[in-house]
Amino acid sequence: MTGNIWVLAEHWRGQISEITYELLVLGRELARDLGVGLQAVLLGHNAQSLGSTLGGADSVLYVDHPALAEPTPEAYAYALAHLLTERRPKGLLIPLTNLSMDVGALVEAPFVNACKDVRLVDGRLQARCVLYGGKIEAVVVPAGEPTIFGIVPGVRPAERVDRTPPIETVSVPLPEVLKVRWKSYVEPEAGDINITKQDVLVAVGRGIQDRENLTLAEELAAALGGAVCGSRPVIDQGWLPPSRQIGRSGVIVKPKLYIAAGISGAPEHVEGMKNSELIIAINTDPKAPIFNLAHYGIVADALEVLPALTAAIRAKQG
Amino acid sequence: MNIVVLLKMVPDVVEELEIAPDSKSLDASSVRMILSERDDHALEEALLLKERYGGTVTALAVEAPDVDDALFTALAKGADRAIKILGTSVTTSATARLFSQILPTVAGPADLILTGVQAIDDLDGFMAPILSRLLGLPYLGVVTAVKVADRTAIVVREYAGGVRGEFEVPLPAVLGIQSAEQPPRYVPVAKVRAAMKSQKIEAISAPALAQPTVVEILQMTKPEVAGRAEILEGSSEEVAEKVCEILFARGLLQKR
Repeated sequence: MTGNIWVLAEHWRGQISEITYELLVLGRELARDLGVGLQAVLLGHNAQSLGSTLGGADSVLYVDHPALAEPTPEAYAYALAHLLTERRPKGLLIPLTNLSMDVGALVEAPFVNACKDVRLVDGRLQARCVLYGGKIEAVVVPAGEPTIFGIVPGVRPAERVDRTPPIETVSVPLPEVLKVRWKSYVEPEAGDINITKQDVLVAVGRGIQDRENLTLAEELAAALGGAVCGSRPVIDQGWLPPSRQIGRSGVIVKPKLYIAAGISGAPEHVEGMKNSELIIAINTDPKAPIFNLAHYGIVADALEVLPALTAAIRAKQG
Repeated sequence: MNIVVLLKMVPDVVEELEIAPDSKSLDASSVRMILSERDDHALEEALLLKERYGGTVTALAVEAPDVDDALFTALAKGADRAIKILGTSVTTSATARLFSQILPTVAGPADLILTGVQAIDDLDGFMAPILSRLLGLPYLGVVTAVKVADRTAIVVREYAGGVRGEFEVPLPAVLGIQSAEQPPRYVPVAKVRAAMKSQKIEAISAPALAQPTVVEILQMTKPEVAGRAEILEGSSEEVAEKVCEILFARGLLQKR
């Protein structure tokens, strides 16, 4: 049982997250290369049925407890720490999402953050990590086992294996009273447009500089029959509502056209828009990571290009 | 209410980052250090909580280039104390260990310890959850709002797609801040200069702590570029024409 590769099966509001199936593909590669088993770890309450969708794993370790009914990091970390100590896997892959990111760091085990790949090299698990907003990558090895690897979304294409894996229910003595108590979900305010349904999105980032300049993006979006959305800094400033946020904390979009204006392309943002059919990026920094992803790039100030583009499109439309 | 905010300086990624000759670290001379963006939000949230409930805000940071600017800015914005820890801590987990040693003695009893939920140089974990584990305090991360009543904080944290969760967290607690309830306040340079003249940064020595390597860096590289955008050159007007051609070709723009 020791030395296996584990994947934390992320689930939320009754559904396994897509990233879980990505991690199972990566986990399968590692387990195969190591010659060990691949196990999915499912923590929840009355959630055993979700285990049947985890056929990518050889087996599922399932912990059922009322404290695990809602995603409370403290309870999850407690259960994980117990399992890691008892079973001693070689590595645990956890999704680096808002939901699961801090669970790994709460557990006392070597933690490797922001992995875009993990491989077996010379008998050791070696990770490639994304640092400094995607501008630098580091090849690293952890100093001990079991190691927890925080894996960024999109590391492998998600794959569902149509097979019901054996599920082993494990009893973990969680404390009667947890310090942090989950109360309720707060739903986003309704009424705004749904940006996941738009064919054309004009996305603005820090490069837009000022709230007034949003008009430039709105005019272009209007000319193209699309909508305006933004990266985190624009939402933080309160210039656009959270319903318009693209990326890890926001939504994932796949429009026909995504114009990224003044967006550098930090990994958290890219996660939300990389599968857009056509990406045109405008940024003053020729080395901005967004240009590694975009189909077409314009190295210029978005504040100059946006109005020129709107004018050109309006002229064509007559 | 006594609030401690932990601040960290990180490389400004707007500048081009260069890798040092050892190929395992950043070339320090190529780096301009700025306050970590999430820590700026943590400071803002701390100041908002002080305004709402009274109390003090103490800002702590480990010595780093330009850290004095960040600490004086914190004072100018309304922090009551600024403490600089002399010494270095290289990694996120080592910094958490350092703060766990220093906090109980230096900053006084804290009701809330706030810091950014993550930083762009976090390689071996996140500061706030590691610190909470070392201090034995409750923790919540990805926080966007905090209310306090009767030694309990009602804390809102972010999930995805605009959905948030509300939690009850007993004080004292450690919170990893994603976004403050309002954008970090602006403070004029003149006010920062005034703080430099009238206020002091307390400097204390870091205790000698072992800094075990949790994650060993074998090599740093600039990311390999899988694809690369075709760069459209020319004036804004010329570029706009080229974009129109691309949109025509894809049927995303129709001539009326």
